[in-house]
This record gives sequence, structure tokens and C-alpha cells, in this order.
Amino acid sequence: MFKKFLMLEWKAFFRSASFRTNLALKILMIFGAIYFTLIFLFMGIGAFYLIKEELHLDPLVTVNQFLIYYFLFDLIMRLFLQKIPVMNIRPLLTLPIKKSTIVNFALGKTVLSFFNFVHCFFFVPFSIVLIMEGYDIVGVILWHIGLMALVYVNNFLNILLNNKDYLFLIFIGLVLVLGTMQYYDLFDVTNYTSVFYQGLFDTRYIFLIPVFLLIALYAITFNFFKKNLHLDTGLSSKHSVAKTEQYTWLNQFGTIGTFLKNDIRLIKRNKRSKTTIFMSLLFLFYGLLFFASGIESYDNPMMHMFAGIFVTGGFLFTFGQFVPSWDSAYYPLMMTQNIPYKGYLSSKWWLIVIATAVSTVAASFYLYFGLEVYLVIVVGAIYNIGVNSHLVLLGGAYTKTPVDLGSSKGAFGDKKAFNVKTMLISLPKLLLPMIIYALGYYLINPTTGLALVALTGILGFALKNKVFNLIERVYKTEKYKTLEAYKQKA
Amino acid sequence: MIQAKNLSKTYNGTTVLKIDHLEIQQGESFGLVGNNGAGKTTFFSLLLDLIQPTTGEIVNNGFRVDHSESWKSLTASFLDESFLIGYLTPEEYFYFIGDLRGQNKADVDALLQKYEEFFNGEILNSKKYIRDFSKGNQKKVGIIATLIGNPKVIILDEPFANLDPTTQFRLKKIIKELADNPEITVLVSSHDLLHTVEVSNRIVALQKGEIVKDIQTSSETLEELERFFAV
Repeated sequence: MFKKFLMLEWKAFFRSASFRTNLALKILMIFGAIYFTLIFLFMGIGAFYLIKEELHLDPLVTVNQFLIYYFLFDLIMRLFLQKIPVMNIRPLLTLPIKKSTIVNFALGKTVLSFFNFVHCFFFVPFSIVLIMEGYDIVGVILWHIGLMALVYVNNFLNILLNNKDYLFLIFIGLVLVLGTMQYYDLFDVTNYTSVFYQGLFDTRYIFLIPVFLLIALYAITFNFFKKNLHLDTGLSSKHSVAKTEQYTWLNQFGTIGTFLKNDIRLIKRNKRSKTTIFMSLLFLFYGLLFFASGIESYDNPMMHMFAGIFVTGGFLFTFGQFVPSWDSAYYPLMMTQNIPYKGYLSSKWWLIVIATAVSTVAASFYLYFGLEVYLVIVVGAIYNIGVNSHLVLLGGAYTKTPVDLGSSKGAFGDKKAFNVKTMLISLPKLLLPMIIYALGYYLINPTTGLALVALTGILGFALKNKVFNLIERVYKTEKYKTLEAYKQKA
Repeated sequence: MIQAKNLSKTYNGTTVLKIDHLEIQQGESFGLVGNNGAGKTTFFSLLLDLIQPTTGEIVNNGFRVDHSESWKSLTASFLDESFLIGYLTPEEYFYFIGDLRGQNKADVDALLQKYEEFFNGEILNSKKYIRDFSKGNQKKVGIIATLIGNPKVIILDEPFANLDPTTQFRLKKIIKELADNPEITVLVSSHDLLHTVEVSNRIVALQKGEIVKDIQTSSETLEELERFFAV
């Protein structure tokens, strides 16, 4: 039976629209995958020597100290991004298959998730280096087994806790509180947890704790799903109470208002689009890595501008990238109505501008790091509004990935959205302002660098109508292809 | 009103639709019948410029559909649920369509009131998003939305499917009313011969993409069609 299920998965994977792209793209994707694998491999190997040579600490002890945060972060990421495929098992319910087989299959599928494998890229090379450097082989292997068990504990925890949005916030709060307390030497949670993680290596029996925990969790999850394997319980989709919202104040903006109303409802009422708001919040804090002088290689003008673009550009990148795909579910409707493309585009553009402006104001806490830092962010925002908003909409016109509004999966740039044209258009979004800033910074002075980037942004602003016309033409020429692509559900 | 010339659609060497000549007059109530795969939806998709014809052209109200967009303000259609916006409430959806068709809230409200019976109290003020409605109720929303903004051409693909018997009866009444208006051309496709015969004054039967029958409805039409399809 499992063999048949695997066949289904295999077909689902290879018959998806993304796979029928051309050969060059596939090769590029493979290279991309190899590249990231290598980076993780080197991180795993490099981490050992970096900690040993640079910090003169025992690498294993240091890693063990931070593992608690590592696993908490992993859980947060999973709650946010990893979705369990319960919907796909609906058609299996009425077939003569035992319920336990179906549940085992659904749970087994999550075991193969990327979210579990990604950890191997770091831990496997790290463990190998440990052994090569003379650490106790049995200890390392038991440590490794323990950690892998914990990875899967997170996997099943996520399944049990799935669909509870507030948990996500609770865990983030927990990490923030623990981190702050540790930073100010109030309470160091790692003192207690590192004993456990170190114990995985030091003793011959502690590794049994995570392993048993994993077995117990699997049993609990299994029973939970088996009991709830009905359309109106475990497999039901939540229906929220709907309220008609008119937003009559938007009527004064004419056609733009018509579309703005819909776009606001789109973002408010769908899981997937709500994540764009979360993302803009995350991006808002991304700059801390660069401006708090924590990482040396990030502390240079080019990287500062890079961060400046990102701090206010979270919404722009995550939302703009999928215009018009947000409307993919009802694209035939849009194409048979007399849609004024200008109004349609302007609505999305205004949303991006408003979000960027709000982020800029919200980012004012960066003033703590000095006025120059905040100016970089403001200039980044100007560039975002003037140039990037156009580029991202233009790139979106070539993105033919239908967006499944119901799931939050794939918020971090879906692999299916990978597209040579989109990528080429993406490059100037970040590289151009970095180069312009660096040129001004080094050749004349930092202020000139900022002024040049801001000027580019304002110049881009002037081209708005030209770009909108171009996008409109793309929408028209790509119409049939887009309709065809959107027909396939994500 | 609507002319199709040398129209054909081919997918990978298989011709799914081939209509040499078809003319639909203004005010006609046009029924399209045929088995699965006969080309009904393909024809409507071509008429709405959702797919490209392999050869030939369709002209709607003097505008060639794949060259001009002017036909869009005269034409309203509901083919399937991809014509609905799932995250809106029915009211929001109707007003949105109204906005696009130059109708204000009062116009839309008046129209909705007229079709209150058709909704059977299940659509308006239901505190539900369209995506959470049953298929039948979704269809009701889609059908009524096509009537917003006094379109000249109304295209409905399988409007009777998924509807309960009472609603089917009411829908027939609505379509007949529309058909009585000499300004409005109604195009309906269906598997159901009886329904189609009742609401249409001209019926075209498609088989494997070609027109095999083109008849003005009379008392013998149903029998003739039944004989044809009973193979």
C-alpha cells in the first residue's frame, strides 16, 4: 500500500506545473540546490574550526549551549511555514484502506519534509568533523541521534500545534524574553539546557530521552489523527464568520478605490496574504544584524544599503512578487470584465507605497544607532518606492504561479516562482542601490552616496507611467499563458 | 450579433472544436447541448477570449474578441467558480462587479431585491464568505452577478447543474424573462435536454467539436434531440 502512496506522491511532484519548465531552468535550479547544500556543508565544517581557532572554546560545548535557541527557532519557523498535508488524504477516506495506514502515510510524509532534512546539512558534517578531531565516536553518534530525534520531536509538535496562530507569538515572545534576560545576565537558560545537550554526548543513556519522547509524540499524534479522521473534525476547514465591509471612504478614489477595497479584504481574510504582513515585520528587524555591529563582515557601506532596502521592503518583496498571482483564483473573471489595468496596478502600487511608508516610520527606532543609519533606511525606502515597486510589479507580471490563498506555505519565495525573467528583473532591486551607494561613498563622501541613491529613486518615480504601460502590455501578451497556468491549483 | 467564422481549436493535433460558420442573432435565446467533450465550454471560452483560437475568429457586437476589449462591457458570463472571488461576501462581490460595470450601490441593491426569491434567503446577509458556500449557492451568486449592469450578451455554462429542483425552476423563469427581451442575447449550455429546450428558442447540438444539429425550438425538438443522443 505504501508503495502505491509513494507512486502518488512521485506523480504529484513531477507532474506539477513547475516541473514542466524548460531544461535550462531545471539545470539552474539544480545548481542552486548544490550551491546551498555546499554552503551549509561548509558552515557545518567551518563552525567547528571557527569556534575553536577564533573563540578558543570547545566547539561542542558552545554549540550545545545555543541548541535551545536553535530548536526554539526551528519550532517557530515550522509553526509559521510548515503545513501538514491533511487535505490531500480526503480522497483516500472512502477507499478500502485502513485508517491507520492513511494516518501513517500522512505523518510519514511530513518526515520527508525539507524542514527536517535541512538540519542534516549542518549536523552531519559537524559530527564528522568532531569524530575526525578525536572526539569520542560513540558519544558523537549518540549526540547526533539525540539531536535528530529532537528535530523530529519538533516536526510532530508542529503537527499537533498546527493552526494555532497565537502559539507562534507565544514562542517568539519566549525567545525574546529568554534572550533579553540572558543578554542582561538576569537568567541564563542555557546554563540548564546545555547540561542536557552535553549529556547526550557525555553519557550513554541520556540520548534515550529524546528518542522516547519522539516515540511517545508519534503515538500521540497518530492517535489524535486516527480519532479525528472525519471530514467535520480533523479534516474540516475552519469557517470564520464573515462581515460585509464596504470601506465607503475608498469610493472617492474611483477605480483605484474599487480595487483597493478588494486588496485590503484579500490581505485581511486569507492566510497566505496575511503572512506578507508578518514578513514585513520580520524584515523590519532584519537590519539589526547589520547596524548593531554584531557581524563584522556586514559592517560596511554596501551591506548597510542592502539592509536599508530590506528593512522597509518586506511587504514590497513578499506581496509585489505575486501581483497578479494573488488574483489567480478568479483570473478568468478579471479577464472577462472590463478591467482598467491602470486602476488595478495602481491599487497594488499604493498598497506597496503605504506599507513602505509605514515601515519607514516604524523603523525610526534605528535612530538609536545614529542618524546616518536611519538615513540609509529612509533612502532605501525612497529607492523602494521609486524603483523597486515598479521592478517587483514588472517581475510579477512574468510570475505564473497560482497562489493558494488558503495556505501560508511558500511565503518565502516559492521554488515554483523561480523564473529567469523574474530573477533578471530582481537583480537591480538590491545590487543597483548597493553599487550606487558604494560608488558615491568611496569616490566622494557618504552623503553623496545617499543622495545618489535617493535621486535614482526619484528618477524611477518619474517613470511610473511608462512602467505601468509596459506591465499592461505584458499582461495582455501573456494573457492566455497566464490563464492556462493559473488553472492548475498550487 | 455574434459571428464565428472558420473557428477551430486544436490541442496537440486533436481538434476539439470546428465551427465553419455560426451566427447568433440579437435577442436570441441560444441553447448549446452536447456530451462531455463536445466543445461547449471550449466555445464559450473562445467567445470570452480566455483561450486563443487555432484558426478563425469570433466577432461579438462588431468587435473581434481577440483584438478589441470593447465587447467586455456588453458581455457578462459565468462559466465556473473561477468567476467568483472566494474571500468576499456575496454583497461585496455584487458591489465589486457593479463598480466594474458602472453601477452604483443603489442599482445593485435594486437588482438584488428583484431576485430575492431566487436566492431563497440563503445568500444575502448570510455572514459567510463565498468560498464557504455550497456549490449550488455559489452558482446562484455567479448567475445573478451576470445580470448586473444590463449586459447585452449573457453567457452561462451549465447553469442548471448543482441547483436544487426549486431553484432550477426559478432559474428557467429568469432565463425566459431575459429571452423575452429583444435586446438581450442569452447563451446557455447544458447536458440537460429538457431544460435547454424549455428556455431556448434555438438549439445547437455539438458532437466532437462540430455542429450536428441547429434547430429552432418547436414542440418536436425535445423528441428529436432525445432520439439523436440516445445511441
